[in-house]
Amino acid sequence: MRSRAAEMVAIHPEIGLAGDRRRLARRTSWALAALLLAAAWASLAVGASDVSLGAALADLLAGREIEARSRIILWDIRLPRLLTGMMVGASLAVAGAVLQGLFRNPLADPGLVGVSAGAGLGAITAIVLGGLLPAGIAALLGPALVPVMAFAGSWLAVTALYVIATRGGHTSVATMLLGGIALAAMTGALSGLLIYIADDQQLRDLTFWGLGSLAGSTWSKTLAAAPLMLAALLAAPLLARGLNALALGEAAAHHLGVPVQRLKTLAVLVVAAAVGAATAISGGIGFVGIVVPHLLRLATGPDHRALLVNAGLLGASLLLLADVVSRSVVAPSELPIGIVTAVIGGPVFMWILLRRRGSLEF
Amino acid sequence: MLDARDITVSYGRRRVLEGVHFRAAPGALTAIVGPNGSGKTTLLRAMTGDLPYHGKISLGGDDLSTLPAWRLALRRAVLAQFTPLAFPFTVAEVIRLGQIQDGKAGAPDLTPRALARVGLSGYAGRRYQELSGGEQQRVQLARVLCQVWEPIAHGQPRWLFLDEPVSSLDIAHQLQVMQIARDFADAGGGVVAILHDLNLTAMFADSVALLAEGRLLEQAAPETLLRDELLSHAYGCTLRVSTPPARGVYVLPHTARL
Repeated sequence: MRSRAAEMVAIHPEIGLAGDRRRLARRTSWALAALLLAAAWASLAVGASDVSLGAALADLLAGREIEARSRIILWDIRLPRLLTGMMVGASLAVAGAVLQGLFRNPLADPGLVGVSAGAGLGAITAIVLGGLLPAGIAALLGPALVPVMAFAGSWLAVTALYVIATRGGHTSVATMLLGGIALAAMTGALSGLLIYIADDQQLRDLTFWGLGSLAGSTWSKTLAAAPLMLAALLAAPLLARGLNALALGEAAAHHLGVPVQRLKTLAVLVVAAAVGAATAISGGIGFVGIVVPHLLRLATGPDHRALLVNAGLLGASLLLLADVVSRSVVAPSELPIGIVTAVIGGPVFMWILLRRRGSLEF
Repeated sequence: MLDARDITVSYGRRRVLEGVHFRAAPGALTAIVGPNGSGKTTLLRAMTGDLPYHGKISLGGDDLSTLPAWRLALRRAVLAQFTPLAFPFTVAEVIRLGQIQDGKAGAPDLTPRALARVGLSGYAGRRYQELSGGEQQRVQLARVLCQVWEPIAHGQPRWLFLDEPVSSLDIAHQLQVMQIARDFADAGGGVVAILHDLNLTAMFADSVALLAEGRLLEQAAPETLLRDELLSHAYGCTLRVSTPPARGVYVLPHTARL
């Protein structure tokens, strides 16, 4: 037994003899919080227009009036974009982690399994057919109409996927992935139909939205989508213990006292709210939901109590940094951020697949 | 007391359990035996609250169907035949999943003691998915033990439900695991275990329930129940029971055809 224990140290030096990674996870949280601060600073400081963030902050702290141009660029353009990027990145990463916990499979990504496509259909429906709503309802929802419809679309998609892929508490990976492809194809067809009947103004809105970009961030859009994303981000950690137990299967989770049905319902709602609102405001941004949880599981283990918090921090940081890159490489123009995340995320996803090749679960 | 009365379970149209009466007392190890497909696991799953059933099951005087999952979890733990694991947890992390009071003030970390109990000291930092089947099963037992670490809590006995706990173990670890179950019962807890090995049953059980084709043939002490004709009838092959000089009985397969 001694020799086997010694051998283990050689195999997994990062885990340690006690197999307890809670401290490592907490340290990682602090490091990620620092990274997020740095990314936020970069997001405010970098851009096509030359503005001194330091000077503006100095003015603010000294109680002086900030120069008007700086105020417009920082307050009206970059700050809503910063907040949107943070919330979208955190939402996509946390939604990925929750979806993977729910399906008990690390390949469940909102983009891959059709959840984002469902959200997209909801958003397109709101843009194209929103005018048909009775004026009262339209006025009530205002700018929240698109996020709310995207939420409904992604909720339908997750629910449908769960019904298709899960039998008696067991998820078939193949059915989940193929079901996701089918869902994405069907929602894509409906979205295409809606785009076909859209008028010119709607087409402009759709194109802008479909690029997958934070460029359209305004205070009104940010504030309209924020409640859904914040609610999902705050609710997600409450699922952590249940998702941990669910890793042992539904029966074992029930034996451990987890109200499995309620857990699943809540997890689906969290994923739908996070993906729906994120998609509504920023279009399709891929790979955040699979890459971030995967990296964190490698670094600090699969315990959802740490994973869901750290995924939020890392997702927010990565998206802000990707946004800075997308604004910098072809300045003063900018790349859609979806291209940047795909360029980083695609190879990482390949690497995940190669690593898992031959393992039992795949 | 665990009291299951007139339990009937159907999967679709097929009846897998029919009017089964089953009793288990705290402080005793009660074994469920019977041929494959006789309904052993179905009976166990009904009693752990996993299956809808007709009839009445009471645990310590409370109707099982009225107890919510979290209250049930404080009173009984369940070891399944096989427990899949979705993510690369370490052994220590798996065992901590069983400590449902974990994080509450004053809850000690039982992991080292539980690992020592199942003979896996030094395994805490290993990845669960890299262990052998038998080692995984013992890690799961350690997790389950943590959930009901004290066999009696708040004056009430707690229960261990074990579905073929020794099926993937070598003979030394079979004895070790059975001894753990025995000790839990001796300390006042209740143990219900599905077993295939009739010799282990004779050595460790206080009461044996014999199922065949979804019905309970008999429940009695092993000395009474383990009889040539009853076992041969239940299993459909000739079995002979012989009592060794010291203690317990040996059940040996007999070569003669039926």
